[in-house]
Amino acid sequence: MSLLAVRDLTVRYGALEAVRGVSFALEEGEALALIGPNGAGKTSVLRGILGLARTEGEVRLGRKPLPQRTPEALLQRGVVLVPEGRALFPGLSVEDNLLLGGFSRFRRGEALEADLRRVYALFPRLEERRRQLAGTLSGGEQQMLAIGRALMARPRLLFLDEPSLGLAPLVVQEIFRTLAALKGEGMTLLLVEQNARMALSLADRAVVLEAGEVALSGRAEELKANPRVVEAYLGAARGVEG
Amino acid sequence: MDATILGLLLLDGVQNGVVYGLLALAMVLVFAVTRVILVPIGELMMFAPLSFVWLQGGKLPGTLWLALALGALWALLERGRGRGLPLAGGAGLLLLFLLARGNPALAYLAALLLVVYLGVATYRVFFQPMREATVLALLIMAVGLHVAYQGLGLVFFGPEQYRPDPLLQGEATVGLTWQGVLVLAFALLSAAALYLFFRRSLFGKALLAAAENRLGARLCGIRPEEAGMVAFAIAGLMAALSGLLLAPLINAAYFMGFMLGLKAFVAAILGGLVSYPVAFLGAVLVGLFESFTSFYASAYKEALVFLLLVPALFYQSLRAKGVEE
Repeated sequence: MSLLAVRDLTVRYGALEAVRGVSFALEEGEALALIGPNGAGKTSVLRGILGLARTEGEVRLGRKPLPQRTPEALLQRGVVLVPEGRALFPGLSVEDNLLLGGFSRFRRGEALEADLRRVYALFPRLEERRRQLAGTLSGGEQQMLAIGRALMARPRLLFLDEPSLGLAPLVVQEIFRTLAALKGEGMTLLLVEQNARMALSLADRAVVLEAGEVALSGRAEELKANPRVVEAYLGAARGVEG
Repeated sequence: MDATILGLLLLDGVQNGVVYGLLALAMVLVFAVTRVILVPIGELMMFAPLSFVWLQGGKLPGTLWLALALGALWALLERGRGRGLPLAGGAGLLLLFLLARGNPALAYLAALLLVVYLGVATYRVFFQPMREATVLALLIMAVGLHVAYQGLGLVFFGPEQYRPDPLLQGEATVGLTWQGVLVLAFALLSAAALYLFFRRSLFGKALLAAAENRLGARLCGIRPEEAGMVAFAIAGLMAALSGLLLAPLINAAYFMGFMLGLKAFVAAILGGLVSYPVAFLGAVLVGLFESFTSFYASAYKEALVFLLLVPALFYQSLRAKGVEE
């Protein structure tokens, strides 16, 4: 039984079809990477699953289908997105941002203290800056905060949209080390990345999207050795990502 | 001018200014969370004391039927369990109004809750369905509602002015009634309560979060429509309390909301519709300015107050970054 199963997903923005007939499944504890060039529809797949865009096709979470897909409904089922651009609350402190990540649990009367300590253990830099406004953090710290905020909701399945975008290579490595640690704890990850090298080193399996359709999919090691992937994503990436 | 007159003008200015300040705070809050410039806040404010006067006289005010009609529409827009709030609220309101006829204490509470319910219903019925619209479209809706509610105020309550009995009789010193003291105390308490709500409670912070980043808020499980309803409820509560406390001092009539709302708007603009403390201080400034101009040039009192907008708008336009439409 897959944790997440997407079948024949089509995502439309008005007349534009950003994603066409994409299917994939994600097993519990697995990390899946969606890679592909800019504009291939990777982010649209995430937005479609979360109900942030108009879609056709079926999305199943565990045994139950999801009749009404909204970010709020998926959050209740343990699916949390770390969006591209991070969508932090810049005028609130780091700690408030984190606490709000657990807002739905706080509303159910659960305590957030332990989760806060866990996030601080994962990202000690956030604890140093806990009283600082989120808007004053560096890009890398903001990404850490975005991931930390998502973790406060205790997700079973974490969606990450371009976590490496615009960050220095050392920071990217730090972020991916943390993601690997989360995966080691059994968290299921769905990762959208342009940085195919980092994505394939973390993921168990990957789906390559091109022009809104699945071009290739398979185990990460196989894709790393696939000449087409090497040529299009790893070779070209070397110059850019250093 | 001697010291006595100066003191009276200062007192008068501060007393009106803090009320504008509360309305301005509510406007800034509503704008931040929903991008609605709440022009009809003056009407919400006017509905409270007039409904109170009607109840005290043993009559059911027309505002009750308006609130129940909007509540019914609200219930129709909701699905499933969401219907519980408008239906239970409406039923409770009707019951409270039936009990409150001729009973001043209950009537006070009923008038207050009516405006809160009406505020939330207004958001749910008129603004929430067009939440993706531009600020301009939302503003047009807000101005339309202002005109409609003012007209309904005339239909419901007629053109006469009413002066409900103050909660506290008598004067503290010359020129300052106890009711005035009550207004001042209420305004400062409300401002402090709002401050604590946004600084100390996670619910308050969730509201700020919804204002700062809607997607981020949704991802945290903060539903923007809920945040909007809470913002409108707070605005309704502030408006109703200000109206009830102020009416014994300035008379209540269907047209009272317009000027009060506009002055709160001037104050909110002084703060750029984003800053709570500047909006509040701006409102006190508006109150003082109004009180002194009415002493020196009473015929131009209102015009001079709106003159304050010119430097404020000029400053905002200097500060504004270019926006691509």
